[in-house]
Amino acid sequence: MTMRIVVCVKYVPDATGDRYFADDLTTDREAVDGLLSELDEYAVEQALQIAEAADDAEITVLTVGPEDAKDALRKALSMGADKALHVEDDALHGTDVLGTSLVLAKAVEHTGYDLVLCGMASTDGGMGVLPAILAERLGVPQMTLLSELAVQDGVVTGRRDGDSASEELRAVLPAVVSVTDQSGEARYPSFKGIMAAKKKPLESLDLSDVGIEEDQVGLENAWTTVLEATKRPARTAGTIVNDEGEGGKQLAAYLADGRFV
Amino acid sequence: MERNLFDEQHDAFRATVRQFMAKEVAPHMPEWEAAGMVPRELFKKTAQIGINGLQVPEAFGGAGVDSFLLNAIVFEEIGYAAASLGGLQVHLNTVLPYFLEYANDEQKSRWFPGFADGDLIASIAMTEPGTGSDLAGMTTTAVRDGDDYILNGAKTFITGGINADLVIVVARTSRDGDNRRDGLSLLVVEAGMEGFVRGRNLEKLGLKSSDTAELLFDQVRVPARNVLGAEGGAFAMLTSNLAQERLSISITAQATATAALNLAIDYVRERKVFGRRVADFQNTKFVLADCATELEAAQALIDRAILALDTGTLTPADAAKVKLFATETQARVIDRCLQLHGGYGYMREYPISRLYADARVTRIFGGTSEVMKSVISKSLAL
Repeated sequence: MTMRIVVCVKYVPDATGDRYFADDLTTDREAVDGLLSELDEYAVEQALQIAEAADDAEITVLTVGPEDAKDALRKALSMGADKALHVEDDALHGTDVLGTSLVLAKAVEHTGYDLVLCGMASTDGGMGVLPAILAERLGVPQMTLLSELAVQDGVVTGRRDGDSASEELRAVLPAVVSVTDQSGEARYPSFKGIMAAKKKPLESLDLSDVGIEEDQVGLENAWTTVLEATKRPARTAGTIVNDEGEGGKQLAAYLADGRFV
Repeated sequence: MERNLFDEQHDAFRATVRQFMAKEVAPHMPEWEAAGMVPRELFKKTAQIGINGLQVPEAFGGAGVDSFLLNAIVFEEIGYAAASLGGLQVHLNTVLPYFLEYANDEQKSRWFPGFADGDLIASIAMTEPGTGSDLAGMTTTAVRDGDDYILNGAKTFITGGINADLVIVVARTSRDGDNRRDGLSLLVVEAGMEGFVRGRNLEKLGLKSSDTAELLFDQVRVPARNVLGAEGGAFAMLTSNLAQERLSISITAQATATAALNLAIDYVRERKVFGRRVADFQNTKFVLADCATELEAAQALIDRAILALDTGTLTPADAAKVKLFATETQARVIDRCLQLHGGYGYMREYPISRLYADARVTRIFGGTSEVMKSVISKSLAL
């Protein structure tokens, strides 16, 4: 039977560019280039490796986001995913992680799944809790922050490297798994992959398609509110100590003055 | 100005190449410059994302693209990253066209799969210690002996000469006839052939990450089945691809000058002198405005030439005009961008100094600016 892998990905502002906020204090996506979140590329890569090792697997990439978020899906398709699912709806603007996880859960159920893969966090919001909430909503096991994983005979196994220990984990599918940036470098989309992606199916759904009411999502219904966003002041130049025999003392004095010691 | 040459697939491929250059190339440039060459494995990696096989026919594992737009994207992105991959550039933009045009079916099946997957990188050996632009004056000889040719001679300034697995060697196979352009042939010499010796990796002013070699051929036995195209017909073959080679050099000149402008913009916004940002001085603004304007003009010329090359209408004189203008523009722009860096611009740890040194040769290789002017003046019926 075909193993159905769904990879949840996010379209984020380029992390190397400046960040801007719109008037309603949501991320301004018009002002900067967007792309597939780098941390989600690791999830796509693991999905591809699992599919390559399996007899029969199909990878669906799923995103919730505005029209431009299709770029993130196309990139995942050009890396080798089989099809894409895009939930877009004007009512989704400003949705928080609770709302997003609800939409993802409904969309995942809509398309069918054995394994849901996520990155460890988004590079813009950086919450990192979505995979856990998603697993709760789906009512399936969660194995988060894995740096290594494999799937065999309907069982997913993996390793989570913590500060003090490495844990070997296993769960019976269906399950939700998130992977870290230590799980293995993501492949680059090849030219042939880019050309092939053109012909792969990309389906768009709105909220009604996945059975969600407008009052369950959106900025109005978020559990938290951003009150203010202030640009961080530019970093000031550091202090340079020239060692002319007194360097050590100067350093110690600096640390003492700043109450660092 | 917005460029209108590219579609969505082009943009997606550019994004891949940009990411690749940022991760796999740019951070290693200092180390490769010190080593005098890039590691051979890099060309396996470029093959994995499809760069090497773009123009190789699909039957041999390539993508079978006949447009030059994708090559342009690759070498623009290398230039924007303030990097240089000379061996790859020569392989794809100068040498591969000879194979695509002149290889017979047996040669295609022997070499093309390796071109597509990065196992084979080729170079071309034209210049000799005694001849540069005067191709007809070369002294390397290949004398028929049964099913082989016996090759003797020396070549120099061979870009990619250390890393190359195959080298197209231009040699004289006959001295018959009155026309000294007749009797030159292209022989494909393979790594490991007895008597094929790679000499020094030459120390250059710039382009330090490109291997540039002297190659020696001492009684090398080259099978006749390694002759590319018609025996004796090399002169016409060699001049047939000059337009693409010169456009390729122009594209790199433009991209590296664009990188220099961006480096200068970043620098002058950060750097303070006399209590103000360098960017706040009117001189800085005017210099960079000039640079941006000249680059815009050069880009317009190059973009038109890329489209003309694709439609087969780029004449040798057209390509010469593009190379002359683009490389002279590159020199002026990079020089002024370095000046805005002050003393730091002269330090090797600042990429602008590398761009400055790298730029000097673009007015020399692929035909000097003076040769370009000769070509152009011929088209004026002078």
